[in-house]
Amino acid sequence: MSTHHISVTINGKAHEADVESRLLLVHFLRENLNMTGTHIGCDTTSCGACTVQLNGKPVKSCTVLAVQADGMDVRTVEGLAENGKLHPIQEGFHEKHGLQCGFCTPGMMMTSSALLAENPHPSEDEIRHAISGNLCRCTGYMNIVKAVQYAADKMAEGS
Amino acid sequence: MIPPSFDYVAPKTLSEAVAALGQNENAKVLAGGQSLIPLMRFRLAGPTMLVDLNRVEGLSYIDEKDGWLRIGAMTRQSAVEHSQLVSEKYSLLADTVKVLSDPVVRNRGTVGGNIANADPVNDEPATMLAYGAEIVAVGPKGERVIPIASFYLDLLQSALARDEILTEVRVPAPRPRSGGAYLKLERKVGDYATAAVAAQVELDTKDNFGSVGIGLTNVGLTAIKATAAEDFLKGKAASDDNIKQAAKLAAEAAQPVADVRGSEDYKRSLVRTYTVRALRLAIQRAKGG
Repeated sequence: MSTHHISVTINGKAHEADVESRLLLVHFLRENLNMTGTHIGCDTTSCGACTVQLNGKPVKSCTVLAVQADGMDVRTVEGLAENGKLHPIQEGFHEKHGLQCGFCTPGMMMTSSALLAENPHPSEDEIRHAISGNLCRCTGYMNIVKAVQYAADKMAEGS
Repeated sequence: MIPPSFDYVAPKTLSEAVAALGQNENAKVLAGGQSLIPLMRFRLAGPTMLVDLNRVEGLSYIDEKDGWLRIGAMTRQSAVEHSQLVSEKYSLLADTVKVLSDPVVRNRGTVGGNIANADPVNDEPATMLAYGAEIVAVGPKGERVIPIASFYLDLLQSALARDEILTEVRVPAPRPRSGGAYLKLERKVGDYATAAVAAQVELDTKDNFGSVGIGLTNVGLTAIKATAAEDFLKGKAASDDNIKQAAKLAAEAAQPVADVRGSEDYKRSLVRTYTVRALRLAIQRAKGG
């Protein structure tokens, strides 16, 4: 067993910690830092509830070791709102009722906000393709797609 | 579900990685981790040391040189998916990465990992068999090149020695009038294939088959190279009758087992149907369609 000193920037804030090599990134966020916005769903790299952005790319944090995030930039759902103002993707999920039980929502938002950063005007197909690794067991995909479209429009207005 | 304890090193150079691997006989290489980490969490794998390649420099690239497409082992699947070179010239590989797991997993998963894992559920092994790719491996004695046809030995067993690291995959650049396709049936995005077929063909000026490669995913202990079907087609006309006969031979080469995805007969039938369709699409692409 090895322990490692890591420095990770999470939502713009530097964190340092000593972690066991087997600690998963999702557990580091939820249990060491009490950032419970990132959810654990399937535990098998299938559902995407635990999706966070690692250096800007959405990844499943149940399948990344915390030590692998050393020196990297992590963004979680807690980092979407800025200065008390919701991110357009959060506003979209609110306005378009993009959630029912809400369990998949943090992962959905981290994946779709990364999509919008790369592709500000995605087609419906592109949105559905991008979120195809994130499962909504309420099957509320119609409104999730509308929420992403709302956010894309909102971001276009703002730019 | 937390993995058992293990030591972890993240070397910056390949030679350090090879040395670390040689020091512990229960060490495993960690590439994208999208298969290995879940296996460790389920405690189906319990390496006592992980040698993480994610910080080794120079293992992530896609380029074409001297008639070969060279893909560095740590190239993320999403990089292959977004490569213009791949989408323009390597239709079989382009098809494959689009249906390989899901988009979020592809941001992490690597080409080298998918191939070295030697799990028949992985998609790129069949594709590389159809292409006739070469595997570059580096170990304590240096580098060697392994033809893909002799790379897969058994379930989860490849020709890589325990202290060797897969560093590069080389795909022969398709010649003019070549085309390929990958067809996969999956119950949902991210699922393993019920069955999938990779086909790569080259046509001569009379529309007869030149080289033909056919690989099968998840219908045996390893990815399967359907050699009888390939041999049957070589030199023959690219006709529907010949395609159907080859598909029958490919289905005979499959060794599926019944599971939640379907019965043996169903999967064999699927291989036959998808071989027909993959060959038709490959031919259409070879003709520039």
